[in-house]
Amino acid sequence: MITYAFLQQYWWLLIALLGGFLVFLLFVQGANALIFLAGKTEAERQLLVNSTGRKWELTFTTLVTFGGAFFASFPLFYSTSFGGAYWVWILILITFVFQAVSYEFQSKAGNILGKTTFRVFLTLNGCLAPLLIGTAVGTFFTGSAFTVNKAAVGDIASPVISRWANAWHGLEAVADPFNVEFGLMVMFLAVALGALYTINNIDEDALAKQLRRALAYSFVAFLVMFVLVMLQLLTMDGFAVDASGMVYMEEYKYLHNLIAMPHTLVMILMGAVLLVVGVAATLFKRDFKRGIWLAAPGTVLAVMALFMLAGYNNTAYYPSTADLQSSLTLANSCSSEFTLRTMAVVSLIIPFVVAYIAYFWRQMDKRSLTSEELESGEKY
Amino acid sequence: MIESALVDWSRLQFALTAGYHWIFVPLTLGLAVIMATMETIYVIKGDEFWKKTAKFWMKLFAINFAVGIATGIILEFEFGTNWSNYSWFVGDIFGAPLAIEGIFAFFMEATFFAVMFFGWEKVGKRFHLASTWFTGIGAAISAVWILVANSWMQHPVGMEFNPDTVRHEMVDFWALVLNPVAVSKFFHSWFSGWMTGAIFVIGISCWYLLRGRERRFALSSIRVASIVGIIGTLLVMFSGDSSAIHVSKYQPMKLAAAEGLEEGGTRAPFSIVPGVEVPGVLSILATHDIDGYVPGINDILDGYTTPEGERYISAEEKMERGKIAIEAFGKYRELKESDPEAAAEARAVLDENIDYFGYGYIDSREELVPNVPLVYWAFRIMVGFGGLLLLLMFAVLWAERRKKLEGMRWLQWASLLSIPLVYLAGQAGWIVAEAGRQPWVIEGLLPTKAAVSSVSVAAVQTTFFLFVAIFTLFLAIEIRILIKAIKEGPKTEIE
Repeated sequence: MITYAFLQQYWWLLIALLGGFLVFLLFVQGANALIFLAGKTEAERQLLVNSTGRKWELTFTTLVTFGGAFFASFPLFYSTSFGGAYWVWILILITFVFQAVSYEFQSKAGNILGKTTFRVFLTLNGCLAPLLIGTAVGTFFTGSAFTVNKAAVGDIASPVISRWANAWHGLEAVADPFNVEFGLMVMFLAVALGALYTINNIDEDALAKQLRRALAYSFVAFLVMFVLVMLQLLTMDGFAVDASGMVYMEEYKYLHNLIAMPHTLVMILMGAVLLVVGVAATLFKRDFKRGIWLAAPGTVLAVMALFMLAGYNNTAYYPSTADLQSSLTLANSCSSEFTLRTMAVVSLIIPFVVAYIAYFWRQMDKRSLTSEELESGEKY
Repeated sequence: MIESALVDWSRLQFALTAGYHWIFVPLTLGLAVIMATMETIYVIKGDEFWKKTAKFWMKLFAINFAVGIATGIILEFEFGTNWSNYSWFVGDIFGAPLAIEGIFAFFMEATFFAVMFFGWEKVGKRFHLASTWFTGIGAAISAVWILVANSWMQHPVGMEFNPDTVRHEMVDFWALVLNPVAVSKFFHSWFSGWMTGAIFVIGISCWYLLRGRERRFALSSIRVASIVGIIGTLLVMFSGDSSAIHVSKYQPMKLAAAEGLEEGGTRAPFSIVPGVEVPGVLSILATHDIDGYVPGINDILDGYTTPEGERYISAEEKMERGKIAIEAFGKYRELKESDPEAAAEARAVLDENIDYFGYGYIDSREELVPNVPLVYWAFRIMVGFGGLLLLLMFAVLWAERRKKLEGMRWLQWASLLSIPLVYLAGQAGWIVAEAGRQPWVIEGLLPTKAAVSSVSVAAVQTTFFLFVAIFTLFLAIEIRILIKAIKEGPKTEIE
C-alpha cells in the first residue's frame, strides 16, 4: 500500500540519492582545487582541466536537479532555506556561475581576462562550492534561525510565510564549528575524489605522482574531519518530532537514529571501508588506478546514510533554533499526496537516465586522456 | 510590512536574469537544429566540407551554451531566494515541471553535448549524429517544461486551494502539461529560437561574403539557415496567432495593454502605431471574428457585459471578493479546531471567492493596469521585426537559389545588421508576456507583492548589481570570443 507517509519517505530517499550522486560528482570541483597545486606545468594543468571538462556539466545538472527535486517534493524547504539563508545560496550559485563559463572561455582568443583568471575561477569554485554546500548541509543537524507561519498569508499587509530571524541570512552558519567541520569534510572528500578520478582518467606519470601526494594529504584531512563530525553527531542533541507533529529536543537523537536504523550504520561503515580501500590501494599499489570506482559507491552510500539520519525516524531535517515548532519535517514541508505520487511515477525514469549516462561515460572514457589526444582533438 | 522597493528590486533582478538568459537560450535552440541538419547532410553525402561546416557552428554554439547555463541556474534558484512565498504557495504545482526538466532534459543535454564535442573519434558517425540531435532535442524538452511552468503562471489550471496547507495543490497533472497556453507558448518560443539561429547564421555568413571569404561555406550555411528560419518564422506566426486567442480569453488586460486600448467593443481596431489604426483587425486577432468583442482597459476595470450577455465584474468587486476570500481564510484557520461548523461556513465562503483571492492584496484599481507604453511598444517591436526578418529570409533564400546573392551587397549588409533585431524581437516578446501580466505572478491568484521573500532591499540591490556586473562581463567576453572565432573562420577550404 503506497500511503502518503510512504511517499514522503520515498522522496526523501531520492533526495538522499541525488545528494549522494552530487557529492560523488563534486570530484570535478575537487580536481579543480588541484589545478595549480598538482598541475606543475601548463601541459599538466591543461590535462586536468580537460579531464573534468568532459564531466562538469553532469555535476552542474545534478545540482540543478537536486534543487528541482527538492522544490517539487519539499517546497517548504525551498522557500524557507533559499529565501532565508540568502547569502549562502547566492554565494554557492555565484561560484557555479563562474565555473560554467570558465571551461569554455579559458583558452579562447579574445577572452579578456586571460587563461589564469579563468583557472582561478575554477579553483575557487573547486574549494568554495563543496565547502559551502557542506556547511549548509551541516545546518540540517544543528539548525538555523527561522520562523514559519503559514497563516501569515491571511495578513494582507505582510503575507510572508518564512522569515529568517537574523540579518546574517545564513552566513551565521559558520559560527557553529560543526557546520564548518562538515563543510571541510565535504571539501577534502571532493579533493580526494578529484585526485582519484584524474589519476584514473589521465595517462601521465609525473602528474599522477603529484596527484597521489594530493590524495594522501586530502584524504587524511578528510578522515580527521569525518571522525570529528561523527563523534559530535553521535553525541549531540537532536530535533525529534512526535506523532502529532510536535518538535522537541532529544538527547543523542542521531545516535538513536543510527541504532533504530542499523542499515544506516552499515551504509556508513561500508562507505568508509570502500573509501579507505580505494584510496589505500591507489596510494600503495603503483599500477592501481581505479580507486575512484571504489570511492564512488562508498561516497554515495555514506552521504545517503547521513541524509537518512537527518530526516528519517521522526526527525526534523531542517530544524529551527529560533522557533522549535517552525522546524521542517518530512510531513510538514512536503508536497501534496497527488504531486508526490505523480512525481514518483516520473522518478521511475531515473534508472534509465543513470544507465545511459553510465553507458556514454564508458564509451567516452575507454582510453585515458593523454597530451597526444589534446593535440589532435577538441579541447578546452 | 512589505516595502514596495523590495518588490520592485526583486522584480528587476528577476527580469535581469530572465532577460540575459533569453539572450543565450534562443541561439542554443535554433543553432542546434541548423548544425544538426548540416551534420545530417555530412552523414548522407559523406562530404568532409559539411562536417567542417557543422563543426564551425558547433564551436560558436558551445561558446554561447556556457553562458546560457550560467544564467539558467540563477533563474531556477531565484524562485526560492527571492520569491519564497511564491515557492510555498504554488510550489506543489510549480516544482514538478522544474524537477522533470532536470531529470528529462538537462541530463540529456549534458551527456550528449560532451559526446558531440569530444566524441568525433570515440563513437561512430551515426552515433555522433544522433548525439548532436539529442543535444538539440534535450534543449527543446527543457523548453517544454519551463514553459509549462511559465504558462501555468499565466493561466493556472489543474489545481485546488487547500487552506490547511495554505497553498494551491495539483489535482490534474495532464491539465498542467496540456494547458493550451503552454502548447502555443512552447511552439512560439522554440520556433523563435529557430529564427534567432537562422538570422545569426545568415548574418555571419553574409559577413564572409562581404569580405569575399569562405564563399562555399557561407552560401551553403545560408541555404540551410534560411530554410530553417523561414519554417520557424511561419510557425512562430501560427503559434503567435493562437497565443493571441489565449491572451484575449485568459488575460484580457494584457491584450488591452499591448494595444493601448482604453475603450473596447466589437470590430476593435488594431493600432499599427499611435494614430494609425486598422478597423476590425484586433477583433479578428483576438477572437477570429471581425464582430468579436474585445474589452478595453477601462471596460475591464469598470466591469462589462459582452454582446452575448456574459457579465464580467469590476475591479472593485474583484478586490472586494478577494478581501472576503482572505478574511474567510483567516476565519477558517482560526476556528478549524474550536468550532468546526463555523469553520465549514468560512470554508464555503473561501471556496466561493477563491478565484479572486489575489485581488484581496490589491489596494487600488490602478495597480491592476500594467505599464501600457512598455507593453504596447514591445509588442510592436516583436511583430514588426519578426515580419521584417521573414521578408529578409525569403529574399536571401531567393537570391541564393538564383545565384544572385553574391552580387547583392546591400542584402548582405541588411542580413548582417539584422542580427541585433532578432534579439530585440525575442526580448520584446518576453516583455509583452511578463510585463503585460503585472501585477500578477499567478494570474488573479497571487500578486508580486505577496510573493516576495523577506530579505532587505539592500540585499536584493547588492545581488542585482552583482548580477549586472557578472552577466555583462560574460556577455562582453562571449561577444569578443565569437568575433575572434568568426574572423578566424571555419577553415573549410584552402584559400
